[in-house]
Amino acid sequence: MPIDVEAEILSNRRLSPDYNVLALAAPAVAADVEPGQFVMIRTADGLDPLLRRPFSVFEILRGADGTPTGFTILSKRVGAGTARLYAATPGDTLRCLGPLGRPFTLVDAPTDAWMVAGGVGLAPFATLAERLRARGCAVTLFYGARRAAELFAVDLFERLDVRVILATEDGSCGARGLITRPLAEELGRSQPDRPLMLYGCGPEPMLVAVSQLAAAHGRPSQLAMERVMGCGMGGCFSCVVRIRDAAGTARYVRSCIEGPVFRGEDVVWE
Amino acid sequence: MTMDLSVSVGPLKLRNPLMAASGCFGYGVEYAEVVDLSTLGAVIVKGLFLAERDGHRPPRIVETPAGMLNAIGLQGIGVHRFIREKMPELRRLGAIVIVNICGTTVAEYAELARILSDVDGVAALELNISCPNIKEGGITFGCDLANTGAVVGAVRRATRLPIIPKLTPNVTDVASFARAAEDAGADAVSLVNTFLAMAIDVERRRPVLSNVVGGLSGPAIRPIAVRMVYDCARTVRIPVIGIGGIATSRDALEFIIAGATAVQVGTANFVDPFIWPKLLSGIEEYLVRHGVENVRDLVGSLDTGAASHAHESTPRCT
Repeated sequence: MPIDVEAEILSNRRLSPDYNVLALAAPAVAADVEPGQFVMIRTADGLDPLLRRPFSVFEILRGADGTPTGFTILSKRVGAGTARLYAATPGDTLRCLGPLGRPFTLVDAPTDAWMVAGGVGLAPFATLAERLRARGCAVTLFYGARRAAELFAVDLFERLDVRVILATEDGSCGARGLITRPLAEELGRSQPDRPLMLYGCGPEPMLVAVSQLAAAHGRPSQLAMERVMGCGMGGCFSCVVRIRDAAGTARYVRSCIEGPVFRGEDVVWE
Repeated sequence: MTMDLSVSVGPLKLRNPLMAASGCFGYGVEYAEVVDLSTLGAVIVKGLFLAERDGHRPPRIVETPAGMLNAIGLQGIGVHRFIREKMPELRRLGAIVIVNICGTTVAEYAELARILSDVDGVAALELNISCPNIKEGGITFGCDLANTGAVVGAVRRATRLPIIPKLTPNVTDVASFARAAEDAGADAVSLVNTFLAMAIDVERRRPVLSNVVGGLSGPAIRPIAVRMVYDCARTVRIPVIGIGGIATSRDALEFIIAGATAVQVGTANFVDPFIWPKLLSGIEEYLVRHGVENVRDLVGSLDTGAASHAHESTPRCT
């Protein structure tokens, strides 16, 4: 059940001129959230910006005894709301509504898990990797960004024994070009009889490619979709994704309550 | 002192004047985890046609200063699925359900009214003659006095349920539409729906919304909505339900003092789905502070004093 908490900003780590990680004290949300779920954050107390912004939970913060004390979000400055979050001051508070949405469906060993992240789409994969590793899955992260300076938190995944494959558009780290190229190569090399689940989060063209590659190799996929969202609760019908149901009928469905995670094979790309 | 928050909207008795606005509260059931629906004056569900509708392509909303534009396009599950899939839970939750209906023809409104008349738990109908975002139906009825009368009259003949036409502000004189609705047999009117508006991405020189234009809601529109509610409440004898940018109990009281018997909250519920008890307690505190036992005594209690003369002398568009 979602709750709305006034969360203290514990820290604001600016990773680049655009990216920052905000740590928020919100034990009840942190204790409840599942990988792929999101929170709606108010970036201003006043009327501008008016609406909350959706963010994937990035990391769970824990006390010395392991109890969840809060979480972090990975934010990229793209507009007025994220600019305020980039400038946020520790000690201030932000209203956080969550957890919201349907999480990723977890797989179990011997199924391998390949996570494909583009840019800020890395966010939901830290908690997913943690959970999948705890279940004994072999986990691979395919992570693409524009340049080396925009690849973050790779060590966090390496500490979890996640195999990391990187790509940058300018070739400054890992493969040159889009992350879907190494993904295609790895899929071509994978053993067809070894079960595999693809998880994707990132720019829409990347998600299209992930779903197409998954389909071409007969692999299932789960995609966390990003949409302009008004309420996060199913009230406004603004965040829709076109989804084909079991009978083959394509409909707009609300990504806030029926997603944000969808099966790649069900998404109708527009 | 026990405060009485109950109001009557025509034949409809409500425990308080707060309604969840259509299009801003899903089918009500989405909010059942965070709001006790039985504590609301009424839940007005998302506008329904006879058939399912897909709505517009995203992007469907964009923020503007103190407000937002939407062009959802009345995506909906249609009246039959609503009755089958949503009404049982709404009844179980004890919600007072007002169904917002929309048609492309007068006959479709009447048909929807007939179908919903027989449904247990439907308390009233709100007639959407004001949606700015669809090509056929909606606002095409609400921008023409004769069409407004025709829709309201046809629904009046089709049902005994209380009927509440929802008026558009995108006309020169909204009070004349309130009067046309009253003359055709409406039990109340609700206003305002959104203001037709537009936002442009100047870098790409493209409209932000896929529908090009959309409806503006939120605190930005509140003063215009208050004025329109004030005009309508002075013009008709039936109750007026105030809508437009209410985000605090103070805002709700502003509409009530201007003449609204009840109010609807929409956009503010997106920002804070836990807003309802805050609004209620704010209204209660106000009643206590002002020694008013009954919220009904506040309706239209505006003291214009010398200012009323000035307003009368301002040209009113007719």
